Amino acid sequence: MTGATRATSQGPERVEGRAKVTGTAPYAFEYPVTDPLYLHPLRAGIARGRIASIDTAAAERVDGVHTVLTHHNADALNPVGDPELAVLQSDGIDFRGQLVGAVVAETPEIAAHAAGLVDIRYERLPHDSEFRDDANIVYTPDADASPMLSPDLERGDVDTALAEATHTVDVTYTTPPEHHNPIEPHAVIATWDDDGLTLHDSNQGSHLVRDLLAPLVGLDKERISVIAPHVGGAFGSKGMPHGHVALTVLAARRTAGRPVKCALSRTQMFELVGYRPPTRQRVRLGADSDGRLTATEHDSLEQTSRFKQYAEQSASASREMYASPNRRVTNRLAALDVPAPTWMRAPGEASGMYALESAVDELAVRSGIDPIDLRLRNEPEVAPVSGLPFSSRNLVACLRQGAERFGWHERDPRPGTRREGDWFVGTGVAAASFPSLLFPGSLATIRHESDGKYRVEIGAADIGTGARTALTQLAAEGLEVPFEAVELRLGSTEQPNAGLAGGSAGTASWGSTVVDAVRAFRAEHGSDPGEGVETTAGAAGNPDLGKYAMNAYGAQFAEVRVHADTGEVRVPRMLGVFAAGRIVNPRTAHSQFLGGMTMGISMALHEHSVVDERFGHVVNHDLAGYHIASNADVGSIEVSWVDEHDPHVNPVGAKGIGEVGIVGTAAAVGNAAHHATGVRVRELPLTPDKFLR
Amino acid sequence: MDSEITLRVDGRRETLSVDTRTTLLDALRERLGVTSPKKGCDHGQCGACTVLLDGRRATSCLTFAVANDDSEVVTAEGLAEEDEPHPVQRALLDNDGFQCGYCTPGQVCSAVGMLDEAKSGWPSYVTEDLDESVELDEDEIRERMSGNLCRCGAYANIVTAIREAAE
Ligand code: FES
Ligand code: FES
Repeated sequence: MTGATRATSQGPERVEGRAKVTGTAPYAFEYPVTDPLYLHPLRAGIARGRIASIDTAAAERVDGVHTVLTHHNADALNPVGDPELAVLQSDGIDFRGQLVGAVVAETPEIAAHAAGLVDIRYERLPHDSEFRDDANIVYTPDADASPMLSPDLERGDVDTALAEATHTVDVTYTTPPEHHNPIEPHAVIATWDDDGLTLHDSNQGSHLVRDLLAPLVGLDKERISVIAPHVGGAFGSKGMPHGHVALTVLAARRTAGRPVKCALSRTQMFELVGYRPPTRQRVRLGADSDGRLTATEHDSLEQTSRFKQYAEQSASASREMYASPNRRVTNRLAALDVPAPTWMRAPGEASGMYALESAVDELAVRSGIDPIDLRLRNEPEVAPVSGLPFSSRNLVACLRQGAERFGWHERDPRPGTRREGDWFVGTGVAAASFPSLLFPGSLATIRHESDGKYRVEIGAADIGTGARTALTQLAAEGLEVPFEAVELRLGSTEQPNAGLAGGSAGTASWGSTVVDAVRAFRAEHGSDPGEGVETTAGAAGNPDLGKYAMNAYGAQFAEVRVHADTGEVRVPRMLGVFAAGRIVNPRTAHSQFLGGMTMGISMALHEHSVVDERFGHVVNHDLAGYHIASNADVGSIEVSWVDEHDPHVNPVGAKGIGEVGIVGTAAAVGNAAHHATGVRVRELPLTPDKFLR
Repeated sequence: MDSEITLRVDGRRETLSVDTRTTLLDALRERLGVTSPKKGCDHGQCGACTVLLDGRRATSCLTFAVANDDSEVVTAEGLAEEDEPHPVQRALLDNDGFQCGYCTPGQVCSAVGMLDEAKSGWPSYVTEDLDESVELDEDEIRERMSGNLCRCGAYANIVTAIREAAE
């Protein structure tokens, strides 16, 4: 543990940087293909029921229409356990916007026009799309059925501890549905010819897409290629293939080898590619007179869809964050007739830490203890529930260094007392944590080329994280050759198997694989390898797995202004200090944290997919109605990190950084807004109306 | 209905016949294979499709190709010289002003157009003194670049880059 580092521009420039600033890096829809057809999806206009009839005659008569696909004529797909992929397999409708057909035509204009001529009649059933706490729709997800889920937790006697506590808070926070909205829409080009199936796809893991599609369409894996060297943002929404991929593949089977291109429209993305589910979270905290937590309770209710379970577990944020002898954590789901939610940047942590870190701030106000001090007093020695030691935990350093930099010590704690002109001004803090994950099973090939370069191949994904650059660095470092002597290829099933870009696990999983594959290469071929020799290897297992609790941490600081007359909320200044193990490339890591914090400001102030329960759809389904932070919404953001050497977490020593930056941001902003105004808003986003009620 | 038009794209003369419903963006991307301008929304809401149209920044998804017969289109690809990126591109590279890169060509064209507007004295919503020449401080840049969304959240670095390029 040494001093803080501020990232400036250390670390190599992105390998693909020039191609990106000129726009010549090809994304999925941009692959040059010969004689393509264009697919326009047909979507259900009701939230639940069945298709009574579908008349495609008028569409088929349009000049240039190649095929109209519906459940009547689509090929059968094999069940693969993901209902989203079972497109056009029945007349049933489970949510509004569900894929019910496709028009395939010579041009996108013809396809769109003809799609409007398809006449669909429905048999409606009553639907329920209203997120609420109601025994008719609420259930406990079966944690035994999924290794991803943690069951309810009960330690000690929470109720007695709360009854005996000196200070208590009992508060309910809500978060709305949010959509990922990567700027590149989900897109795929499918070509099905004698060689098999080729997809140019926008995804977070080409191997995963192939592994799911092969059984779905009954092709050998070897006959499917999935190619995605550049992906225009994803944030979880491109983690699993969604229905449009299956639909495009169904269409490509009918076109005698002609490629079929499908890009979802922005509006379709609000129905078909997942979202962060809304939550209602009750947090109860009890503390003694010194501010030490005696009880922590976090109960979360989140939305899922009736046709496909997605179980987010926001309350789990409170399992290991602070010491507390008595603890209860429960996660419940409300199943509705809505599109399926999915992972969105820090799924669970973003919503859960918003509630927990806001409640901790309320406890600080109630107890009169400084919010940083309060967190320091509740720092656990070992991971509270598992009892495992932390591989490294430098939350305290983040809070202390952040306080120093941000000028926290000059802060007058009284809320609603500082005014500059028409603006109330306040500052707030929140902690962040995110688990350090590693997905096993990746392989990398290292080859010594005839031109003296080393080619490194791994089927990983660079969705904007800088993975291509960081992996090149790690390979060069291991091989002890200059950065320029390594050419790294990723993004495609042509390269060896690699796990998903998700869980902030890229550098850990793929990086460890590259590091160990380089070692294996040197062991096999020595330091002066012959031309054309190669080695393919995976990462050795981490012997420390299961022996330590492994998380990245951070401290988020925000200055907020709230307009006295309009309630407008601005965030002129933020500081994030993170502890995330080794930072492989400071330049791109800085951007990851910055991007997370920027999305966090957006979550705090703007984002809300407004559902019209009468119809079961999102009303503000475009980028005009669904506001994501624009340039003018973001002020100064300073990012720094503490030096952290973690020998246990993985061979690279790096913790994930893609998600921790969004965690805690909304709480810091909300806490600062309370400090500014004295108004505690417990409902995201912090729109002006909520300060004027 | 189809119609024949001529465009100059990044210095090349292109004659093509387009469906009158085809946007300039789709004509560039799907007909001419010029994929530097990106499609993020097709509704004028994200700025990813920004090009320089007859010298001014424009969202190419919001105009029909047929309405732009004889116009000059410059994309981010056309702004770069053979081996040397445009100063705005150089500054974005130096400051890591992008991540996934999908909004980036639009940011580049928008920034180049914006710098020109500021130089010509066009005020913005945050310009205080309408009689003075525009001083491009951070607030001016943020305001003038707010038509270009970046979901990766690179704004802070984009602003620094544009300030650098403006010098
Ligand atoms: S694609 Fe033109 S503004 Fe979004
Ligand atoms: S760099 Fe990804 S949207 Fe801007």
